[in-house]
Amino acid sequence: MISALAIMALGAIILGAALGFASIKFKVYGNPLVEKIEGLLPQTQCGQCGYPGCHPYAEAIAKGEADINLCPPGGEEGVRKLADLLGREVKALNAEEKPKQVAIIDENTCIGCTLCIQACPVDAIVGAAKQMHTIIAKQCTGCELCLPPCPVECIAMVAIPETVDNWKWKYPVTEIRKAA
Amino acid sequence: MELITSPYLLKEASVQRVMLKVLLALLPGIAAYVWLFGPAILVHLVLATLTALAAEALMLKVRGRPLGMFLTDLSAVVTAWLIALTFPPLAPWWLTITATLFAIVIAKQLYGGLGQNPFNPAMIAYAISIVSFPALMSQWPGTDGHFSSQLQVIFGLVPRLDSMTSATPLDALKTALMLAGDSHSTTVAGIQANSSAFGMIAGRGWEWIAIAYLLGGLWLIQQRVITWHMPTAFIAGLTIIAAPLWLWHPDTYASPLFHLLSGGAMLGAFFIVTDPVSGATTPRGKLIFAAGIGLMAYLIRVFGGYPDGVAFAVLLFNICVPLIDMYTQPPVFGLKDK
Amino acid sequence: MLQLFKFKGGVKPATNKVQSVTLPIAVAPLPTRLAVPLHQSIGGMPRPIVEVGDKVLKGQKIGEADGWISAAVHAPTSGTVIEIGLYPAAHPSGLTAATVVIEPDGQDRWIDRQPVDYATLEPEAVRELLREAGVVGLGGAVFPTHGKLTASKTVPMEEMVVNGAECEPYITCDDLLMRERAEEVVRGAGIFRDLLRPKKVLIGIEDNKPEAAAAMRAAITALGDAFREFEVVVVPTRYPAGGAKQLIRVLTGKEVPASKRSTDLGVQCFNVATAYTAWRAIAHGEPVISRLVTVTGNVDQPRNYEVLIGTPMDELLRLGQPKADTDGIIMGGPMMGFLVPDQAAPVVKATNCLIAHSPELFPPKPPEMPCIRCGECARACPHELQPFEMYWFSRAKNFGKTQEYAIFDCIECGCCSYVCPSRIPLVQYFRFAKSEIWTREREKEAAEGAKNRFEFKQLREEREKAEKAEKLAKAAAAQAAKKAAEALAAASAPAETAAPASALVAAPAPDATSTPDAVKKATIEAAMERARAQRAAVQPKNIDHLPPAVEKEIAEIDARHTQVFGTADTAPADGEKNN
Repeated sequence: MISALAIMALGAIILGAALGFASIKFKVYGNPLVEKIEGLLPQTQCGQCGYPGCHPYAEAIAKGEADINLCPPGGEEGVRKLADLLGREVKALNAEEKPKQVAIIDENTCIGCTLCIQACPVDAIVGAAKQMHTIIAKQCTGCELCLPPCPVECIAMVAIPETVDNWKWKYPVTEIRKAA
Repeated sequence: MELITSPYLLKEASVQRVMLKVLLALLPGIAAYVWLFGPAILVHLVLATLTALAAEALMLKVRGRPLGMFLTDLSAVVTAWLIALTFPPLAPWWLTITATLFAIVIAKQLYGGLGQNPFNPAMIAYAISIVSFPALMSQWPGTDGHFSSQLQVIFGLVPRLDSMTSATPLDALKTALMLAGDSHSTTVAGIQANSSAFGMIAGRGWEWIAIAYLLGGLWLIQQRVITWHMPTAFIAGLTIIAAPLWLWHPDTYASPLFHLLSGGAMLGAFFIVTDPVSGATTPRGKLIFAAGIGLMAYLIRVFGGYPDGVAFAVLLFNICVPLIDMYTQPPVFGLKDK
Repeated sequence: MLQLFKFKGGVKPATNKVQSVTLPIAVAPLPTRLAVPLHQSIGGMPRPIVEVGDKVLKGQKIGEADGWISAAVHAPTSGTVIEIGLYPAAHPSGLTAATVVIEPDGQDRWIDRQPVDYATLEPEAVRELLREAGVVGLGGAVFPTHGKLTASKTVPMEEMVVNGAECEPYITCDDLLMRERAEEVVRGAGIFRDLLRPKKVLIGIEDNKPEAAAAMRAAITALGDAFREFEVVVVPTRYPAGGAKQLIRVLTGKEVPASKRSTDLGVQCFNVATAYTAWRAIAHGEPVISRLVTVTGNVDQPRNYEVLIGTPMDELLRLGQPKADTDGIIMGGPMMGFLVPDQAAPVVKATNCLIAHSPELFPPKPPEMPCIRCGECARACPHELQPFEMYWFSRAKNFGKTQEYAIFDCIECGCCSYVCPSRIPLVQYFRFAKSEIWTREREKEAAEGAKNRFEFKQLREEREKAEKAEKLAKAAAAQAAKKAAEALAAASAPAETAAPASALVAAPAPDATSTPDAVKKATIEAAMERARAQRAAVQPKNIDHLPPAVEKEIAEIDARHTQVFGTADTAPADGEKNN
């Protein structure tokens, strides 16, 4: 009886020592989970999730404060990827998923006030005070943060057209039940 | 818009064609069977086929899949015939039906139907039958049976008598060696000479059926339905372990030729191990898979508890297939130096 | 005798070539209009350098190459440019592409052509000439040829392969080119040889083309000593022996994977038609404005035509007299081509064949069954891939795994789909997977860029804040110092300076009407008023009771706008916000 207790205690001490050693020698600094989550987010920096940017949202998800279905630009696929990474349940997106859009400025109406330039989180608008503003379509993430500040409401969102260059083949699977 | 895409020309090929060729290749074996042991086996073939098709139709309906396409691909019929050919022809009718139901419904359809089963359905049926009804599965006819009495036995109209059944050669060998124990009083040669179950090389009658399967299998290779890898590797695997043991102690271990021509070895080599859905897919993988089954079948036969180990060997290696495939991926064109 | 190698896999479909080689090459008549797409090669899209209404001559450049990997585009005949805009593209999507539409004037007048003796030029100049002449790979890949004419700096160029194999069924344009114009093909290959300096030049021709092989051999012998390292090698007929990598393997034994360039292994491959156009461009000054196209399939008169680039496909097919049950046009061959969604699409540099499709010649495909893992596809794959594994992963959308199984090494030859007993359209899954992977990579790059710009913007804002805070602190410190000094002065002369000190102290109290904030607000209000007035001015007036011709024009403009922008009009109405 005593010997059994002694052996168990010895085993516990050895394992505890090993774990303690590992926790010091292999300590992970920072939270790599946040980077992984951020890697899955679309980097639109639009704030539609309620956080000021994708990095704060990633931190909130890692902490468990935020749900994974708050990001419309990521779409259903983004929710699924986050669910896969975190082992959480896939939920429906809390907002409607819109097709990818870019903003376009109506140059007849723009007054050159630079308010949209300050609002754009990714510096996709080129212009200066009293000069024409224009949006670099390739760099626009479709976050729509430039629409509210514009005093003359000259910015519109247009869906990205499908061209020969960005067209992709569709998923070839057809439902067998339909094909029957 | 549904785009019809290239290639616009297709080779004449279909799943049905492949399965039909397998069925045709089984015919010589079935013919030999009927010639030597009477038409009792045909009863089981019919029972199994009808059960298989009915079970598949029912499951397809339950799963909401189109019936016509899947019933006519003849894959259920192949499973049914393999079950009928590996079960003793004196097995009761309900055993064949139950086993076939199990194979089709559980081992095939519940995993997702054609192409999705990880285990060979016929072997699953054999395995559960021999584990659940070992006595019924070891009652084999002699070459002197009468069809009418066999029919009565199958349908349970008369009680089973020992006089009707005799052991298979593998059975006889195993039992006799077991009974002799360590005394070495019986030798393989002695058993073979005494028992009426033995023919020239292997079992009386059974050796001819095995040769008929071999011929059918060679035709399948010529038709490119199967490749040479699996049958050759199976035979090699079996021989590699049987030959040294036989050479070392010919009194205790039967010759490789005996093992190859008895039981399910030939049927297994060409028809069971080569099942594409549950087997390995890469060339090297096929060699490892089949050789492993040959080896394992011998081990179960000689050192294990069952007279024929092909079924269990196949199932054990079905589990290993994903691992085998992963490690035997052939090098891609241009990347062979890696 | 050159030792030939073998490649694993491949299939042997019925070749269907005899019907289109009985007649010699015919020159196709001028079509009613020519729609020349600007982007006809891999790489950058050429910019149009003509405008609507310009008169152009045959061979005049209408699209300037954009960047090094790009090739210029030229007018195929003399006429007037009637449209520059979106036009149906020769692409399986059925989408439109930027095209210059020319109405021929029937006179077919050439530009002033200037042949060049390339032996006197620097290699870089020759490459420039080829780029300006629009010479691209005419085997189907349309890679700008000048980009392939630089040997590797580390690996010496050993063999140059000229691809006359033409392995795909139905296509015979290269066959007839070699039979009738062998000398020019060999001379064109000579240009490439002089730029790359290989030890040997191997012309690979399949053994179902004995006349072409004979013609090429005769041409080489006739050209004498300058072409002594040229050798015609007949290779066994097996699809896809004409694939560049497969032919390189058969002729040289070298295996080029997708991740390497063939020049890294000392070998380069060109199509015979490319060599021909290179010779016409250099020695005759003729840019690429036409090519040979085989018109075959469900037609009464299958034949090869010399066709101007930009000829509408339906007009070209009519020359072959398509039978009544023709229900589509396949551009390319039956193994790798595609059904053209809009038959008005033009012939482009990649069009080597038009096959008239009928349900009899090309029976509809049986339904797809599940995969039985039989391995036929892996046996047929010329790149020794495992198509069924790639299929499982593409179907599951597990694109990381498809790349592990080397999906980008797949050349989409169609051998696997051809043999599959379950009739699975395997190549379709691979195309889907590849385009998804490319899209994801593009999106990832864009997201990376957005993130970097976001972080830089934050950095910049912090920096500005810090600078402002510093400035304010300095100003506050200066003011405090100033105040202290004055207080000191006031202390020594209290009576006179009391008022200024209090004035100083009182200074910050603002005047309501003239503060900078109020001024700003007033300016903004005025601007908004101006903008509102401007918008009203910009809104189209007189939009009712218009003559029908004007209404039609407006409808057309609106339609084009919708095509490009997806909305009818970008100018938002008063007070509305367009989302």
